[in-house]
Amino acid sequence: MANWMGWGRSALLAGALSAPLTAGVAFAQEGEPIKVGILHSLSGTMAISETTLKDTMLFLIEKQNAAGGLLGRPLEPVTVDIASDWPLAAELARRMLEVDKVDVVFGCWTSVCRKSALPVFEELNGLLFYPVQYEGEESQRNVFYTGASPNQQAIPAVDYLMNEEGVERWVLAGTDYVYPQTTNLILEQYLKDKGVAAEDIMINYTPFGHSDWQTIVSDIVAFGSTGKKTAVVSTINGDANVPFYRELANQGVKAEDIPVVAFSVGEEELSGFDAAPLVGHLAAWNYFMSVDTPENAEFIADWQAFIKNDKRVTNDPMEAHYIGFNLWVKAVEAAGTTDPDAVIEAIVGLETPNLTGGVAKMLPNHHITKPVLIGEIQEDGQFFVVSETGDLVPGDAWSDFLPGSKDLEADWTAPINCGNYNTVTQTCGAAAQ
Amino acid sequence: MSGSARFLRICGFARSLLVFAAFLLLFAFAFSLRTAQAQEPAEAPSPAPPGLAEIVAGMRDAGLPQLRAAVAALSASGEAEALPVLQALAAGTLNQSASGAMAVRLGPDRFVDAVTGAPLEAASLGALKALRINNALRRDIAAAIGGLTLRHEDPAVRRSAAAQIFANPDPANSPLLEAALAEEQDPRLRLLMEQARAAILLRGGSASAEEVAAAVELLAARGDRASLGLLNGALASAPEAARPALQEGIERIQRRLAYWGIGQNIWSGISLGSVLLLAAIGLAITFGVMGVINMAHGEMVMIGAYTTFVVQDLIRAHSPGLFDYSLAIAVPAAFLVTGLVGVAVERGIIRWLYGRPLETLLATWGLSLIIQQGVRSIFGATNQNVGNPSWMSGAFELGGLTITWNRLWILIFALAVFALLLMVLNKTFFGLQMRAVTQNRRMASAMGVRTPWVDALTFGLGSGVAGLAGVALSQIDNVSPNLGQGYIIDSFMVVVFGGVGNLWGALVGAMTLGIANKFLEPYWGAVLAKIAILVFIILFIQYRPRGLFALKGRAAEA
Repeated sequence: MANWMGWGRSALLAGALSAPLTAGVAFAQEGEPIKVGILHSLSGTMAISETTLKDTMLFLIEKQNAAGGLLGRPLEPVTVDIASDWPLAAELARRMLEVDKVDVVFGCWTSVCRKSALPVFEELNGLLFYPVQYEGEESQRNVFYTGASPNQQAIPAVDYLMNEEGVERWVLAGTDYVYPQTTNLILEQYLKDKGVAAEDIMINYTPFGHSDWQTIVSDIVAFGSTGKKTAVVSTINGDANVPFYRELANQGVKAEDIPVVAFSVGEEELSGFDAAPLVGHLAAWNYFMSVDTPENAEFIADWQAFIKNDKRVTNDPMEAHYIGFNLWVKAVEAAGTTDPDAVIEAIVGLETPNLTGGVAKMLPNHHITKPVLIGEIQEDGQFFVVSETGDLVPGDAWSDFLPGSKDLEADWTAPINCGNYNTVTQTCGAAAQ
Repeated sequence: MSGSARFLRICGFARSLLVFAAFLLLFAFAFSLRTAQAQEPAEAPSPAPPGLAEIVAGMRDAGLPQLRAAVAALSASGEAEALPVLQALAAGTLNQSASGAMAVRLGPDRFVDAVTGAPLEAASLGALKALRINNALRRDIAAAIGGLTLRHEDPAVRRSAAAQIFANPDPANSPLLEAALAEEQDPRLRLLMEQARAAILLRGGSASAEEVAAAVELLAARGDRASLGLLNGALASAPEAARPALQEGIERIQRRLAYWGIGQNIWSGISLGSVLLLAAIGLAITFGVMGVINMAHGEMVMIGAYTTFVVQDLIRAHSPGLFDYSLAIAVPAAFLVTGLVGVAVERGIIRWLYGRPLETLLATWGLSLIIQQGVRSIFGATNQNVGNPSWMSGAFELGGLTITWNRLWILIFALAVFALLLMVLNKTFFGLQMRAVTQNRRMASAMGVRTPWVDALTFGLGSGVAGLAGVALSQIDNVSPNLGQGYIIDSFMVVVFGGVGNLWGALVGAMTLGIANKFLEPYWGAVLAKIAILVFIILFIQYRPRGLFALKGRAAEA
């Protein structure tokens, strides 16, 4: 761990030193390294999740280098620490693109990080691969969204509860920021469209890092005692989950009675506590470590060998980086250059195998196709897949369930070439955003 | 090797065909058996099992729908042998082995055959794969186990069986319940079973008005949320004549729950208050008594929590039997570790900065970042797994209150730490020296008190108490490098509100803020409640700048 951070720092230093050398050269020479920027928080609140993604990128780069690099050139990671500080993310993104001259950036976890770095990528024409599930309502030319959009995670999870568990009453519980609020807005509209009455939906927001869940869990139990099957849809993020699940377990809320389906709880979060009282609660993702495919087995074995710890788990955003990295590699190979415009041109339509036996295809709206898996938490902190969509679900940038965005489409190919194309007025840049 | 396993292996080829045929027959069997049992409850099951072996063998590689069918068949078979299979399936210890046997894992490398119960050689089993179940199956299994154990000889088992049927009212269990009621002697168990019968009746939706009224009477007397759920659920399907009785029952339960709801809020508030007290009480010494603005206080709490983690890790590795005592061992360990860190911090940094509050603030803020990143580098950024000992898990009911054990123990622990600290300050020689130094440093020094050491030990004491808070917080919160950050603001709030320099202020302040927060939360939500409390404190400090319990006299001028 400490070792890798040291390495990351020296790589950064090396990047800063070599920058003046490459700055004046218009076309990179044969054998000169291709620089891959890694823009994650290695300290602060989000370090808990993002440090792993930084290591994942280093792992993928090492593997690519071992396989002969890209275009005959080695890949060189440029790591920075955005310290869970979002203005700093924009600043460091600018430095990466202007000073370090990176060819591509993989990074961010929270939506606010993406939103603050986005103008920089737009202005300097960089490439950002964003690996986490998010609220949608966005599509940008320079950003590739390899995590799930709401129609690839939230909607199928609600469908599962409705159809398989017969849920009629809904608690939408989330942390108080943009991702849960937008997702809950979409879900509320979706549920109402499905005929759920307003009094059967309870929406609850809590601050980041909320640790005293007694009242809210009591409220959920009270809400659930009307004789109708009740479920909790949780967009609670980060640290607040552990005390939330502990309180659920201690108050005796069992998954058989009131299941909780979470969009931000994965293997990594569960490795932090005893999962035995949580057995049966659900999570919706596009990847689980427990998925039994040869690609996944190989990925896990390589990852654990790289990190030198056979207990380290893998999770969904890691797979998103894996897919994003491979798609970028293919796009660079197809374009024959790392030039952003050429890569943006080449990447749409490319396909790469994902880790669950399917194919991830980059769509014109810069989202990808994904399978949707619903898993139940097992005692060992892994997930047992209880439902899987038969087909791959294409990511939808603009939700079909919000009045402001249902007519919008994103298409970054000619002739539309626009992130918010209104299919009714047939104009670009209208409404929302 | 047991006979049955050998049998399975010999007809390995034919088995798959057999299994398929068995499944087709199972449903027919299931239904005929259920009715047969209902008619002759006292008669023992037929000697030749309707294929326990087949049912169990059929669970190999079964999807969830097939497993549900198998559970239905097992529950219908009513055999005592089916019970261990169901229990193993529920516990996730039922494995299918490469050798062909279905094995129940009893412990590390200890297996028995699921059908015959004969011990199996772990080495001979080959690769094992545990059968996994989902929520729907868990409900089915709970109901099935409830049905099968209703007439068990142990009253405790019968009690949990009745409770399981109440929680999962399945009309299929109704005949078994009637049979059990016919011979049950224990009046309390009879009541439970009658309540379970009422639950099935209400869930069934085809009862007459009189039956519903009787069921409502039973459940309204029970008066908990589960009963309320059942009554609410029955409202839609019950006959018109039964509506008023249902409505009345619902209102009765709601009135009762409303009273208990207030009690529950007070309890939550006291519990939150005890957490705030624990987090703040160390600060009441370092900030309140010594006047050091210690921004690294939260990190002391965090170090205490990590000490708990290390202690538990060592215990897990070396003597797992001691796990339930891990917290008792962690308490002194955390106090020592954080106390020593505190002494080192005081000697190394703070003593150079006395009388310069701004520099102290900045230095300790920087220190808190260093400690956080240090812990992150040593242990990693992810949460560490600190387990709850068995005596701190779960909850108990007190009337209509749900009191969780971990919160109760934390309250007791907080009060004990408070009392102990009060005693140290007021009754010991060290406490006397401490008060002397903080009230008048020069005079104390003139009287021969080694003030630098008293400073160091006082800071060490405050930090050690923060470490104790860390042990308690590890039971309800994340053990991650960010643990302390969440509590630092709250701690300062409590100390400032309660009155600087007064331990009683910390107690009253913590409890007031806790209870106020919990009474606002249901109405305003967690976010607004927190803001409201902050606004309240800002206003309060305008009027009483020295907090609730202000120090008076010359000490206050120092």
